[in-house]
Amino acid sequence: MFSSFRVIQAKDQEELVADELVNVTIDGAQVSVPKGTTIIEAAKQAGILVPHYCYHPSLSSPAVCRMCLVEVEKAPKLMPACVTAVAEGQVVLVDSEKAKKAREGVLELLLINHPLDCPICDQAGECELQDYVFQEGRAGTRYADYAKRYSPVEDFGPDVLYVPNRCILCTRCVRFMEEVAEEPVLNVSERGDRAFIGISPEQRLDHGWSGNVVDLCPVGSLISKDFLHKARAWDLDKTASICPGCTQGCNITIDTRDDMVVRLRPRPNLDVNRYFICDYGRMNYRWMNRGDRIEAPLVRESGRHVATDWDTALDRLGQLVRGTSGSALILASGRASTESLGLVRRMLDRLEVTAAVQVPIGEEAPLAGVPNLALRPERAANLVGAQLLGYSADWPSALRELATAGLVIVLDADLSHSDQELIANAPGGVVVMGTIFDEGLRSAELILPLTTMAEENGTYVNRDRRIQRYNQAKSQPGMSRPAWWVAGEVIAGPGPSASAPATAAEAFELLGERWPAFAGLTHSDLGYTGVVLAESGDALAGSQRADPGFM
Amino acid sequence: MPKADGRPHYLVCNADESEPGTFKDREIMRWTPHQLIEGCAIAAYAIGAERCYIYIRGEFTDPLKIMQHAIDEATAKGAIGSNAFGSGKRIEMIIHRGAGAYICGEETAMLNSIEGKRGNPRIKPPYPAQAGVFGMPTTINNVETLAAVPHIVMRGGEWYKGLSLSNPKSTGTKLISVCGHIQRPGNYEVTMGTPMKELIYDMCGGMRPGRTLKAVIPGGSSVPIMNAAEADDCLLDYEGVVAKGSMLGSAGMIVMDDTTDMVYQIWRLARFYAHESCAQCTQCREGTAWSVRILERILAGKGKQEHFQLLLDLSDNMTGKTICVLSDSCAAPIVSGIQKFRHEFEAYIQGAREPAMAAV
Repeated sequence: MFSSFRVIQAKDQEELVADELVNVTIDGAQVSVPKGTTIIEAAKQAGILVPHYCYHPSLSSPAVCRMCLVEVEKAPKLMPACVTAVAEGQVVLVDSEKAKKAREGVLELLLINHPLDCPICDQAGECELQDYVFQEGRAGTRYADYAKRYSPVEDFGPDVLYVPNRCILCTRCVRFMEEVAEEPVLNVSERGDRAFIGISPEQRLDHGWSGNVVDLCPVGSLISKDFLHKARAWDLDKTASICPGCTQGCNITIDTRDDMVVRLRPRPNLDVNRYFICDYGRMNYRWMNRGDRIEAPLVRESGRHVATDWDTALDRLGQLVRGTSGSALILASGRASTESLGLVRRMLDRLEVTAAVQVPIGEEAPLAGVPNLALRPERAANLVGAQLLGYSADWPSALRELATAGLVIVLDADLSHSDQELIANAPGGVVVMGTIFDEGLRSAELILPLTTMAEENGTYVNRDRRIQRYNQAKSQPGMSRPAWWVAGEVIAGPGPSASAPATAAEAFELLGERWPAFAGLTHSDLGYTGVVLAESGDALAGSQRADPGFM
Repeated sequence: MPKADGRPHYLVCNADESEPGTFKDREIMRWTPHQLIEGCAIAAYAIGAERCYIYIRGEFTDPLKIMQHAIDEATAKGAIGSNAFGSGKRIEMIIHRGAGAYICGEETAMLNSIEGKRGNPRIKPPYPAQAGVFGMPTTINNVETLAAVPHIVMRGGEWYKGLSLSNPKSTGTKLISVCGHIQRPGNYEVTMGTPMKELIYDMCGGMRPGRTLKAVIPGGSSVPIMNAAEADDCLLDYEGVVAKGSMLGSAGMIVMDDTTDMVYQIWRLARFYAHESCAQCTQCREGTAWSVRILERILAGKGKQEHFQLLLDLSDNMTGKTICVLSDSCAAPIVSGIQKFRHEFEAYIQGAREPAMAAV
């Protein structure tokens, strides 16, 4: 249905270089854009949103919704802004009477069969149909004489429901599966106003990245079963974060409602994940809501763990660190922040340290249509960050060090039963910094409550050495603290100290002193899309790219 | 078409004649298939194409068989094939059978259909001459056009131009399919510039006894309807029909006499377009179907005065805003129908006329 040459055009669009600039005036705003830019993208540069449904910067443009029709001076007809390239001296009117009338006409037609079930629709509040109708649609209907078209909800796949009544046939989902996932299971079936999105017989929408069709759908036609009736869009708090699922480092938004994570969605970053995340990452959030957390520091006194305050716990940890001679071992989780991994490592600088990061291995799931984007087998978001900080990925050799280590620090690692047994039998002192209390770690001298990545600020370094920030999305339970805070306090010594970092940004700045890869960088340098760390240690300039993708 | 640039060029013969009221190409294929093959071969040679697709409408079983037989004959004789007439040129002809969608007669939808895709019209630009079938330069012509080629090549362009009676812009002759309330319906080859009156009353024998002419749709169902007065002094060439507010289109002439219920006829046409809309563009997908529903209300005696404005608003919304002209084609008879036969709509709306269908 979408000819191959058009797909090539769409890809070309992204590789436009500023060799030759074209000057256009859009609603009075002058803008210079590379030759070949479409009107819709040029308008974005001028800060003007041309209303649209079928257009998406990562997909080919079929120009079927006809919502982006704009007036182009001297053109006899309204032109679709999504496929019309700008020309030198062109004058484009988005907000003209003629263009507005055309959009009002499209909106009226899209609404005649659209159920007004916004009160029970998950998309309400973030629905492009709702938004544009509110903005410039007709106040009343002229279709009151007729019953609306009705078709029952269809189950497309493990997490996707199709509500045909709400569908406006923009075909973004069809094009995503065809061009990006390269598994064309969706299609437009039937013709005329009987048309609907069909799924190939005997097939399911179960591709590892198929959840993206829910985000791409501009209305509430493709909806997530996981998110079904969970929350209203306007009740959600949104936090920019990084997926903790694997070493790809996809940019995400953590949506919370009343301090509970209710869904993860992709956040555009053209250099990492474009507009997409995989289904594994999307569903990997329930652990963030666990209620059975360690909420206070626990010290072992005569065989029992007793809750205490942080001053006592930090004193005890300081004593343990200072009292150890010889070697120490750190067993860290692959999703610990760079700040935490770094400062815990620094805390032990006086000792001979073996540090290892845990890397669970899973199946790889690439997104065929996007180069260098996949769910990676290494399910450790900060593997590269850990390696830059001197952590090894060789877990079994690290466990062998248990026999000789004077001090063992477990940093939120998810330990197997046999690992726990080895640790329980280790001769050295054991400190557990973690989120969930493990029965197998009853032998620990000290158990310290940590925040999860959803409850703290921090950074991850992805497989391409891109260091990216994530932000605190929900409040921390009880007395839990980030591991960098714990280590920072111990390094600074007992009593109030100005040298202990108070924020993740301050903790991050301490890393550069010890590891040149991070020297000179601050959290604010990283922006929302991160910076690639150079091999030499200097951050690559210009790798932060203004993101045109927020639509 | 670009000059030879190393890429394959293609010729596509549009034999998907599905325009209501049009049946000239069918007869060319049935009765003079070799003339079409000759025209295709000459055209393919002219544009440097080695392959010609003849896209035949799915319902045309008889023309399909005849064309395939004629192509096989021509190939066996060496007239076409890997070495056409010993010229060293390869000219292959491949019949692609449509599956019964009107929209596949739209040239870019036809290209998609040939490629095995859903027959959806493409956005232009790029035009087929730059990126047509399989993304290669493609020329698309209709059966009648290609069938005229051998004669023009044989006798020269001046001869063809000289045939025209009227405007030098409309050259040669035109096959006109005449149907409807007429004594002798059929295909008529007339020289450009022949008065419509002459075709209707002399060649076709006029109206049936006791009937008078009410309306003519001169160019297949997609063009504005003409009333009797406009038909009366209309010249049959491209400019002559445009001067009367319509278009010659596919030259399928639908003649209607005074017994015709115009509202019903317009509804019937709109229903066809609503059924055949490819569902890509919003205006066409929803607009055609809504127009049908309004016309059904009117025919059921449930019409309201507001329906006039609504139909005109919808038609305006459906004109000049979509990828192809299917929705424009649906709007044309509705708008011209309301302009020229408003009293017939009024009769239904005011209850002066018995409802033609049950309420929907």
